[in-house]
Amino acid sequence: MINNENFSEVLYIDLTHKKFWIKNRPELFSKYIGGTGVATQLLFEECPEHTEPLSPENPIIFAVSPFTGVYPFASKTIAMFKSPHTGDLGESHAGGRSAVAIKMAGYGAIVIKGKCDMPIYLVIKDRKVEFRNANTLWGMKSSFTVGDVIRANEKDPGMRSIMRIGQAGENLVSYAAVVTETYRHFGRMGLGAVFGSKMLKGLMISGKKIIDLTHKKNYITTYKEIYDKAVDSPVMKKYHDLGTAGNIKSLNLMGALPTRNLKAASFEGADKISGEHIAENFLGRRVACSHCPTGCIHLAVLREPYEDEPYFYKTTMVGYDYELVYALGSMVGISNPEDMLKLIDIVEKYCLDSMTTGVVLSWATEAMEKKLITIADTDGITLGWGNLNAYMAVVDRIVSQPNDFYKALAKGVDFASKKYGGKDFALAFGKNEMAGYHTGVAAYIGFTIGARHSHLDNAGYSIDQNEMINEKPSPEEVVDKLIKEESLRQILSSIAICFFARGIYSVELVSKAMATMGIDKSPDELMKCGREILKEKYRFKVREGFAFEKLNIPKRIFELRAAAGMIDEAFFNQAIKYAKKQLIDTV
Amino acid sequence: MFACTRRAGKGGLSNSSIGIQSQGGMSNGFSVIICRSCFNPPCAAVCPTTALTEKPDRGVIFNSSRCIGCGNCEKACVVKAVFWNDTENKPAICVHCGFCVKFCPHDVLQMTKD
Repeated sequence: MINNENFSEVLYIDLTHKKFWIKNRPELFSKYIGGTGVATQLLFEECPEHTEPLSPENPIIFAVSPFTGVYPFASKTIAMFKSPHTGDLGESHAGGRSAVAIKMAGYGAIVIKGKCDMPIYLVIKDRKVEFRNANTLWGMKSSFTVGDVIRANEKDPGMRSIMRIGQAGENLVSYAAVVTETYRHFGRMGLGAVFGSKMLKGLMISGKKIIDLTHKKNYITTYKEIYDKAVDSPVMKKYHDLGTAGNIKSLNLMGALPTRNLKAASFEGADKISGEHIAENFLGRRVACSHCPTGCIHLAVLREPYEDEPYFYKTTMVGYDYELVYALGSMVGISNPEDMLKLIDIVEKYCLDSMTTGVVLSWATEAMEKKLITIADTDGITLGWGNLNAYMAVVDRIVSQPNDFYKALAKGVDFASKKYGGKDFALAFGKNEMAGYHTGVAAYIGFTIGARHSHLDNAGYSIDQNEMINEKPSPEEVVDKLIKEESLRQILSSIAICFFARGIYSVELVSKAMATMGIDKSPDELMKCGREILKEKYRFKVREGFAFEKLNIPKRIFELRAAAGMIDEAFFNQAIKYAKKQLIDTV
Repeated sequence: MFACTRRAGKGGLSNSSIGIQSQGGMSNGFSVIICRSCFNPPCAAVCPTTALTEKPDRGVIFNSSRCIGCGNCEKACVVKAVFWNDTENKPAICVHCGFCVKFCPHDVLQMTKD
């Protein structure tokens, strides 16, 4: 039995000595709430300055919140680590069953340190950590098989979370991902490589705790209030019906869909890879994360005929989301939905960050067009827009890294373009490959100044579509808005909810829900906390050497008309200059 | 599953007497497992203390004070619908109250009178 007010226990795991211990950290959770707030502090505690991200000293931190297991949409686990891809803050959010499982196992956070001397997977349950031999799983071609084996070997079906890496993580691709429940990911920033560097093939976690709440009646009514908002919400309906891929058509129409390495911002093949077309022709199943009433995970059925036998099909379920359709569809010029699903599937098998992989492929295609790289570099492969077989062969080699070129590709476009040229079309910001929004200047300012260089940090694309048109803000005002939004989102990621529910969880509602759990934080205190957490994240970035001056900003974004018009480089630079004053000089 | 536990004003999953499980991985879909109120229930047949007794028409009724937590009922249920409340170390069996139906947003669950 755990009392929710005290769910502040942190599980520490030392992989080097195969030891574990539990420490109660109530002061940490009462000040920083949970999720991102707590994980950032643990990162400071556990990650020494200038640690090599692939060294044993880099910690892996998972954190959940008081909301987890108690309120809807508190489905996310916040992972924090030093990123092998960007070289500073690594933060990634994933759902599936992970968050609920961590909470049900009895923990507010988990810290994994050290490096194992053999491939291992962890089983975390019953207040223990068991170390399982993963020798046989290491080197398996498909991460799906790894999941199947762990599922068969372990107990508690229906209640457990199984995280695992694929060959990409084993081979230390800097943008290797961790997959959980097969279709959810800690996708970005290279957590998979950190797992791989520790010989950690995966982990299973489960439990069945009871959470006592201070105000039972208020809890039941507040829960119903949130639940009703969720099922009545038109936004949630959209996510349920078409999923995030429902945005492809609208972004294409407005001229914001990055196509062929951002040579264009609309794609003639967009209709065939749109959410509508895929749902009508391929949708096989919807899945939800634990405690989410929406169910935005859409699985497409891919039927691939065998070449040599008639009427013989291999049927696979492939998860698709907006960012995957952009990165492995329009960005690489693939308009055939089956080709796109095949490419998504192989990226999933290896457990790579699909967004980064798409941008890497599109950069390499353009670099080959411009003769910066040749078939001598690509091991005989001729890349071409929409050429699925070439892309699949390149993805194989990003994982196997047979030569220097692929070793460079396995580090992302920022690294590869420094070596081979093509910096002006290497579409990464803060070394993190771009998300699928060529909406206007605010999107790119957002990618650049977001603490984890994600469109989800501050939703610059939303400012492009609203304020930029209605209010015509100055560069400084844009940055102020982005920072305000990012500060607010620190609260949401500290209560570890899915950002899709951000319209439901106003600061006032968060405060009200906290009160039912005996946590006393007013909306103003929460806003202050959000700002403080953002500051702490930037403190880590700066400590690890982050500086805006060091960043390469690809000129391509200023050359192609965005949805809101041409992007003014002077406006962008002025914004970054101001952002530096607000975010770095104040640290 | 959360709704079932929440009926008692608690968070978490320990009291839940409805279980959702994949049919071998997320891609294969899900099963909903609850007590089917069978005739001649095997769980009542193996209860040593009459904590579980057969209801006159069908199904079982559970008297928690008589339960010693031996676990025979959990093993006996053919569809594994006797869940276990780890906090109290006693079975959690669906009483068909219908609270969970209110919280399924996709009409998977239904409450009907036979």
